[in-house]
Amino acid sequence: MAQRGGAQRPSGGGQGKICQFKLVLLGESAVGKSSLVLRFVKGQFHEYQESTIGAAFLTQTVCLDDTTVKFEIWDTAGQERYHSLAPMYYRGAQAAIVVYDITNQDTFGRAKTWVKELQRQASPNIVIALAGNKADLANKRMVEYEEAQTYAEENSLLFMETSAKTAMNVNDIFLAIAKKLPKSDNNARSCWMLQVITFKTGETM
Amino acid sequence: MDEEYDCIVLGTGLKECIISGMLSVSGKKVLHMDRNKYYGGESASITPLEDLFTKFGLPSPEETYGRTRDWNVDLIPKFLMANGQLVKLLIHTGVTRYLEFKSVEGSYVYKGNKISKVPADEKEALTSDLMGMFEKRRFKNFLVFAQDFKDDDPGSWKAVPGFDPVNTTMSTVFAHYNLDKNTIDFTGHALALYRDDDYLNKPAGDTLKRIKLYSDSLARYGKSPYLYPLYGLGELPQGFARLSAIYGGTYMLDKPIDEIVLEDGKVTGVRSGGETAKCKQVYCDPSYVPDRVQKVGQVVRAICLLDHPISNTKDALSTQIIIPQKQVNRNSDIYVSLVSYTHQVAAKGWFIAMVSTTVETDNPEAEIAPGLNLLGPVKQKFVTVSPIYKPLDDGTGNQIFISESYDATSHFETTCLDVLSIYRRGTGDDFDFSKVKHNLGDEDM
Ligand SMILES: Cc1cc2nc3c(=O)[nH]c(=O)nc-3n(C[C@H](O)[C@H](O)[C@H](O)COP(=O)(O)OP(=O)(O)OC[C@H]3O[C@@H](n4cnc5c(N)ncnc54)[C@H](O)[C@@H]3O)c2cc1C
Ligand SMILES: Nc1nc2c(ncn2[C@@H]2O[C@H](COP(=O)(O)OP(=O)(O)O)[C@@H](O)[C@H]2O)c(=O)[nH]1
Ligand SMILES: [Mg+2]
Repeated sequence: MAQRGGAQRPSGGGQGKICQFKLVLLGESAVGKSSLVLRFVKGQFHEYQESTIGAAFLTQTVCLDDTTVKFEIWDTAGQERYHSLAPMYYRGAQAAIVVYDITNQDTFGRAKTWVKELQRQASPNIVIALAGNKADLANKRMVEYEEAQTYAEENSLLFMETSAKTAMNVNDIFLAIAKKLPKSDNNARSCWMLQVITFKTGETM
Repeated sequence: MDEEYDCIVLGTGLKECIISGMLSVSGKKVLHMDRNKYYGGESASITPLEDLFTKFGLPSPEETYGRTRDWNVDLIPKFLMANGQLVKLLIHTGVTRYLEFKSVEGSYVYKGNKISKVPADEKEALTSDLMGMFEKRRFKNFLVFAQDFKDDDPGSWKAVPGFDPVNTTMSTVFAHYNLDKNTIDFTGHALALYRDDDYLNKPAGDTLKRIKLYSDSLARYGKSPYLYPLYGLGELPQGFARLSAIYGGTYMLDKPIDEIVLEDGKVTGVRSGGETAKCKQVYCDPSYVPDRVQKVGQVVRAICLLDHPISNTKDALSTQIIIPQKQVNRNSDIYVSLVSYTHQVAAKGWFIAMVSTTVETDNPEAEIAPGLNLLGPVKQKFVTVSPIYKPLDDGTGNQIFISESYDATSHFETTCLDVLSIYRRGTGDDFDFSKVKHNLGDEDM
């Protein structure tokens, strides 16, 4: 019986533990959420990527000094387009990256709405990062760095400008989240999780 | 939305979401809309708790109910059979990765004014008070026959002389093993999960398969054959909707559906406000097509909020109790199900019990009294009487494929049969599970 994430799972034994966290991406359509994930997980970028179809569930690990942080990354599968994202999507998320496009002021406004929604709905300890993506398009910039940084500070968010195209700050933002996540062994949810049943994919019937 | 789609699905109840997922996976271009601004329709889990009170026209709940956001209350009670059709669908489509389940702790059956545990293993069966000692031996022989039974292997039919799965009735099989009325009641209703006794004079093969499903499900996780998802049943439609979206399905909630447009008796689109989306087929629940369905019965359901478990269940945090029809002089069984805070559907220390049955009289609430009586003090009760609708035709003419309302069964087997039948009617094919790619980027799930 496999256990799906949600709860962090420090695995026992001597030096170094592995913690698993659910991380979700939020933000307006076409700001580059899927591109950030693709860059982080596979090191790739597709200029003319069609709006997200396919990969919507990826994992990637980040190594800190004594801990390996494994991210279980959920992409929106396009359900954000008509504001039809299901609550199950951000349920139990321990980290979220809220993405906007620095060349589009509306997407920044929408990002703020997502932050509010997370503060209202998600678990109180969630680590939220704000990513100003497409930083490579600085000549078309519509959202000032300082404006976003001030907003992030006021709301205790991690903040970086990123580029899925050039890879700027992509690993760094995930690393910053990994560092900020609580990695204690006594997570209230994990003891419940022990009795939780999930199935391995491809399990034969 | 003024685009062209292969299929438009209306309503995001469980059946519609499974169908939407299957259609998208099969390469169809799907638009999925709901008039509500939340997923799930009738199969949603209501949250926060105020919304449930509002839905029933009651003032907001008092503070004793804890954090109201911690509540996710199902409107239709059901459990998943661990080895059943829905679990198969969940596994083959990979939707399990979005969900977490718990095994239901115990299954009970009502006999002679008290409840007894349905034995989950031989040890429990030996000490069970459901049968006397000689009856247990007869029952064991019957069970061995049921377990070994294979539809297509006459070698496995030999234990009952002259048996064949289609022409031998179930009552003949019970008679052969000399089982008494109580054992038959318990077998037909608590193991084969029939709601009435019609099965007795029908082909034995179907009943034997249901008993096998029960024991195979039991074998999977031990305590009972049932599973329940954390955060409530409302997670199921959301999971299948996500599957559909991953395969390209477009989702729009909060869309008033004004008209299903037909030309020459065939559907050509769906109008919402000033826009019309074109399509070749529509799939929907009965509420979107009131003039294309007929009422075939009613189900009464009582949602009860409790601050304690049910007596005589060893304080189980989840359980099912079946009251077989004969025990209370009815024609259909009464089901009681209990889930609790450990399933993230209630605030700490709280329980949600549901009592339901098929309506037989003019006073539905009185019909569920034997179930309510088992619960002890109830803090708040919400009673609904829901009509059951069936489509007037199979949809192949006008290409509008309509699901049936959710019935009174306590599990999802009939739900899945309806979905698979609709898929077959709509596409002319059985669903090909191999079309689902398993590696949607996840390496080690
Ligand atoms: C939900 C459920 C699931 C079950 N699943 C299984 C299963 O998976 N596999 C399985 O094998 N069984 C199963 N059973 C059946 C159950 O295990 C048997 O009832 C149990 O094994 C008892 O068998 P028995 O014949 O020893 O019991 P009983 O007939 O109750 O016998 C009890 C004791 O009395 C003695 N005894 C019985 N009859 C006589 C006699 N005529 N003369 C002298 N002494 C006698 C026996 O030696 C025994 O020690 C299940 C039952 C239920 C209700
Ligand atoms: N120049 C530039 N384009 C990007 C960047 N990230 C994404 N894009 C492009 O923006 C479009 C939308 O990206 P996508 O990842 O699908 O956005 P999503 O809808 O938020 O998942 C695609 O054409 C990407 O190639 C970036 O950092 N720089
Ligand atoms: Mg995307």
